[in-house]
Amino acid sequence: MSLLIYGLINSVILALYAVGFSLTYGISGLANFAHGALYILSGFAAWTFIHSLGLPFAIAAPLAILVTGVVGFLIYWVLLLRLRGIALAELIVTFAAGVAILELLTWKGFYGIRYSLPLFIRGGVEIGSVAIDYQRLFVLIAGIALVILLWLFVHHTRIGLAFRAMAQNERTALSVGIESDWIGSLSLAFGSALAAVAAMVVLPLGVMESTIGYEVLIYALAVAIVGGLESTMGMVVGSFLIGYGQIAAAKYIGAKWMVIVPLAAIVIVLAIRPSGIFGKYKELEERV
Amino acid sequence: MATSEQSLRRKRLDRGIKARADTIFAVASYREILYLMLPRLVPVGLLLVMPLLLQGYWNKVLVYACMYGLLALSWDFLASCGLFSLGQSLFFGIGAYLAGAMNYYLHLPPLVTLPLATITGGIVSALLLSPVMRLRGVYFAMVTLMLPLLLMKVIETTGVFGGTHGLSGLSPLPHDAFAAYLAVIAFLLCMFAFRRIINSDYGLVLMAIRDDDRAVMSGAINIYWRKSQALFISGAVGAFAGALMTHHYQFLGMSTFALDYSILPVAAVALGGQGSFAGAALGSMILVPLSEALRALGGLRIAIYCMVLIVSIIGLPEGIFHFLERKYHQFETVSEVK
Repeated sequence: MSLLIYGLINSVILALYAVGFSLTYGISGLANFAHGALYILSGFAAWTFIHSLGLPFAIAAPLAILVTGVVGFLIYWVLLLRLRGIALAELIVTFAAGVAILELLTWKGFYGIRYSLPLFIRGGVEIGSVAIDYQRLFVLIAGIALVILLWLFVHHTRIGLAFRAMAQNERTALSVGIESDWIGSLSLAFGSALAAVAAMVVLPLGVMESTIGYEVLIYALAVAIVGGLESTMGMVVGSFLIGYGQIAAAKYIGAKWMVIVPLAAIVIVLAIRPSGIFGKYKELEERV
Repeated sequence: MATSEQSLRRKRLDRGIKARADTIFAVASYREILYLMLPRLVPVGLLLVMPLLLQGYWNKVLVYACMYGLLALSWDFLASCGLFSLGQSLFFGIGAYLAGAMNYYLHLPPLVTLPLATITGGIVSALLLSPVMRLRGVYFAMVTLMLPLLLMKVIETTGVFGGTHGLSGLSPLPHDAFAAYLAVIAFLLCMFAFRRIINSDYGLVLMAIRDDDRAVMSGAINIYWRKSQALFISGAVGAFAGALMTHHYQFLGMSTFALDYSILPVAAVALGGQGSFAGAALGSMILVPLSEALRALGGLRIAIYCMVLIVSIIGLPEGIFHFLERKYHQFETVSEVK
């Protein structure tokens, strides 16, 4: 029972990590290696708003999400616009930008026990024989709500439809008046904002540290590779595989083997289906 | 004459010595031979004299620079067959751990562990990456970025090879100057060997894999076998750097898998210019002393690195080396626009 519930929560957390990354990649084909850095940046932004400006968390959180979105937009508009289409350069620049953000945060001294975000709700509940606190339940609900909202957004709003048009065929999208630079920037802004949303929901569970940024990036990448980068379904399935795998490993083999699960999952998936479980593209076309 | 503004324009002409292509020269005199040899001999000479001139701390910096240079060269070699790695620290760490463990547990002297770690390091890296060899571009980069970080966690959690504390008290290399010469000579050998390899038929196949792997496959060449060979070569060079570093510092720790060893070589190649190996070498020779000068800034160092990387990719995408090379082979005169 505890395996079922904690596995579910762990999976949703992983899905939250990966959703922004996979959105950006799906739209503009940009692997945003600064994803983890933006995640933790938003956490520290919220912390700063709460502790320096004295704002309540309910205001600080949306503000932090907004700020992170703007940072993502600027990364695209200032840096990546000049490198569109050079995959390697895009990758190196986002990676370098991410590491720069993380190292700057570390240098500013953002680590230690006093940096943590407040919980939304305190207390807990027992389901069956498993004790679970409300915040973890909240993560669950937020994750599911986010995926549904995202689906609605992408399928039923103007910008969302423009996103999908870009993802399907950039030139055709251009010819019907969708400006690809603008949409590309927006896609990174949305991806970053989603990272920030994940941070606002997940970070209150623990202490903030800039090294978490690398962890988030690793998990997002693992989920993306296992599930296939192009589909939302693949992302969900990938995060459930790794999420349950981790909890099962922790329960039956020992907690220290948790970290090996993503690695093992990647190796197995790549050996069997190199395009990921739900990868849309044919094996030879995109990845291999 | 009216006060019309005279605008000047630069006129560039290739030197006559360049007969046909970028790499074919028509040499007609000693002066021209000198013209071709100088840019090769001067850096080599300087590097060979360096260990004699530098003492103590800067001697260490030189070893450091050569070691990063080796990593950058191995990155460039992998990149020239289409495998863009973001995890050179994987090779570095594997080499360091192999050499360190052999020395610590089996008490083998450094002169044995160095070649052994180089060869086995290459094999281990090629085996580790063989499942992901079929990936390319961004996907390969993702996996290579993750691998060293995950390995670091594995060591941290399982506590093998000393865990978080590492292994200390390893046997040193015979002499500081010996270490410096070993590093310099390995670095130079590696650079010129790679330049040779990449211009041979073998290298041509590797570059063809980068440009169009399916065309190579249709030529009845097993690209995965070739890629694993490239991984072996690159991994062995990285492992040598790691093994050298371990013995030089007489310490082995998780930090060998750290991001420094992944990001610095990429930064060096981006700064120096990709594809010619000389660019990678030049980049690391510029960046490493710079980073030593920045050491006082502590954690900010990597952040500054990343900024250098971003600025140099956006500002001078071809890299310093290619820029200098072009200038060296051209006359440039300023003439009036009439």
